Amino acid sequence: MKVSESWSDHLIRVLFALCLSFVTQQIQPSPGRMITTVAGVLLVEDDPSVRVGLELALTRQGHSVTAYASGEEALEHIKTRRPEIAILDVMLPGIDGVEVCRRIRRLDQLPVILLTARGDDLDVVVGLEAGADDYVVKPVEPRVLDARIRAVLRRMESVASDRITFGDLVIDRGALKVALSGREVHLTPTELRLLLELVRHPGQVLNRRYLLRAVWDHTHVADSRLVDACVQRVRAKIEAVPAEPEFIHTVRGFGYRFSPP
Amino acid sequence: MYTGLRGRLVITFTLIAITASAVVAVIGYEFVKSRMIGRAEHVAVSDVRDTLEGIRVPVGGLWPGDGPPTDEEISALQKSLRPQGGRVVVRYEEYVYPDGDFGNKDIPGDLAARATQRMVAKRMTIRGDMWLLIGTPVWRIEPIHTAQPTGMIVYVFAPLVEEDRLLSGLRQPLAVAGVAMLIIALSLGLVSSRQLLLPVRRLGSAARALGAGHLDTRLPVHGQDELAELTATFNDTAAALERSVTELRSLEAMSRRFVADVSHELRTPLTAMTAVTDMLSEEAERLPPEPATAVRLVLREIKRLRTLIEQLIEASRFDSGTATLNVDTVSIADVICDCLETRGWSDRVRVNVPEGLTFSVDPRRFDVIVANLVGNALRHGEPPVMVSAHSTPNGLEVKVRDHGKGIPAKDLPFVFNRFYKAGARGDGSGLGLSIARANAQLHGGTISVRAQRPGTLFTVWLPPA
Repeated sequence: MKVSESWSDHLIRVLFALCLSFVTQQIQPSPGRMITTVAGVLLVEDDPSVRVGLELALTRQGHSVTAYASGEEALEHIKTRRPEIAILDVMLPGIDGVEVCRRIRRLDQLPVILLTARGDDLDVVVGLEAGADDYVVKPVEPRVLDARIRAVLRRMESVASDRITFGDLVIDRGALKVALSGREVHLTPTELRLLLELVRHPGQVLNRRYLLRAVWDHTHVADSRLVDACVQRVRAKIEAVPAEPEFIHTVRGFGYRFSPP
Repeated sequence: MYTGLRGRLVITFTLIAITASAVVAVIGYEFVKSRMIGRAEHVAVSDVRDTLEGIRVPVGGLWPGDGPPTDEEISALQKSLRPQGGRVVVRYEEYVYPDGDFGNKDIPGDLAARATQRMVAKRMTIRGDMWLLIGTPVWRIEPIHTAQPTGMIVYVFAPLVEEDRLLSGLRQPLAVAGVAMLIIALSLGLVSSRQLLLPVRRLGSAARALGAGHLDTRLPVHGQDELAELTATFNDTAAALERSVTELRSLEAMSRRFVADVSHELRTPLTAMTAVTDMLSEEAERLPPEPATAVRLVLREIKRLRTLIEQLIEASRFDSGTATLNVDTVSIADVICDCLETRGWSDRVRVNVPEGLTFSVDPRRFDVIVANLVGNALRHGEPPVMVSAHSTPNGLEVKVRDHGKGIPAKDLPFVFNRFYKAGARGDGSGLGLSIARANAQLHGGTISVRAQRPGTLFTVWLPPA
């Protein structure tokens, strides 16, 4: 039995929606909520149905999406319009997702999330070593993907506004920049976040579980590869001799510690 | 060792050699002995005969009934008859003339009786030594050139000590030779058995190499005998085995590729569908009731399909042996709490795990096990649902317990079977428990189930790494 809606019902609904969007803009976004912040998402996925589906879902979550079917096309696009985050399917025709990530990293510290078919593929480790910030396993629930995107973007928020110096290493926590011997070191948001977290507790051993929760989204199930790969990448960028680290030390069986010389 | 082929060959060979040489030695010894002693006897007898023929009167001139000869005559007789180292006992009528310590007592009765008629000789042992006793009557020939008894009988004791010593001297070298023979036979036996068994041993090690996986093992065939035939058969069998194993391996590789391809293929449509589930679910609220129900049904089935396909792929990885274990030392309390938190079960489950308990597990697989057991308890059981873990001398034990109606006794033995859903129709794939168990078994452990009053208890046991 259909009930005809009166103009007052419409008005109340609109007002309610306005209030809701006002209120929710003030609080931290939680996974699954529709927030109207826009992130320019670059999506690379060769299967048309998956591409269309993901595009739909991401758009619905409030992101603006540009989707491509191949890595080559995507790399061309980046030259003209830099996205805020790239989501790359690992299995692509032509150059695969990991290679696209590598090429992006040569020029840019743009956040990258990889889409893989399986969580314990060798691809994941290779992808993380190539500089990816995170990965999701297909089929991915849209709210999970959204949470990961927001987590990555959150890493670009500065937590303090000071500059701290450790010998040759200068960390500007306000501007989110790191310099080694005067030269600027380009870190991805994830690498930066990890370094900042370690620096926040100097001399203290932080285990991988803690780092995983602090830096990455906590829906990951005990995947310490993310932490290990990221530490390797940070070391490669800030240590004079990565194999003999001066700043970030491994404590076997426990975790990592930042203790400058 | 002694019952093996080699042992038997060596023992047989040695026995034959020993027997043959023993027989030869015994025969030779006896032959020599009889010849030696025979010759000694012959010489002694001829000596006595010769001497007696040359005997002078008066001994030679006695007649029966005459008075006994004088002591000097007897001594002279004894002296002439006595062989080197021997003795002569003389008897005339009823008088006995001993010589040294030899007397009547040393003469056996039967010989004495026969010696009255003719010459008799006998070998005997007197006081530990070997003697030849020759007894003979003395005949007179002159003057009428016919032999007539004088009534005198002489007993000549000829010593065989020399011969005896020679023979015993012979025994010792023979014994030594026998021992030497044993050693030589044994060595020869070992060497020749080794030679004989070399092809057999080669076959043995080739068969072992085959068993260890070196399917291209072949042996060269020499000659025409049974061993050569056996070697040829071995080669043929090895070739056939290599062929069938290669075929099996390629089939296995094909099926693994199939699994990988299937997983990729199945995932893609699922990913596309899953991507829009959230949106559809939200939109369904704005639809009229029937289409809304339809949409929700489709969304539910997509979720089920996703779970089912994930589990099928996991199960097929276990089947094809491509499941890998990546262990890490983790805090068990942390892993269990993370597992519950990720799925939003933290406030529905009671956890009892010691804080510092760490263990070596594959964290992802351990999570799958706990998630399955707890998920089942929450879905099919009744609260309180409890998870506990503690370490034992054998490893790690994790228990999941619920307080619901429990699993019927007739179903309990089969719960871990694939697609066995004890009365829980239409819910879940039926693969969860079998995958959980397979994950435990990959660690070298297992999961067991026991009915409780009320509810069910699942116990996971994992051994130390």
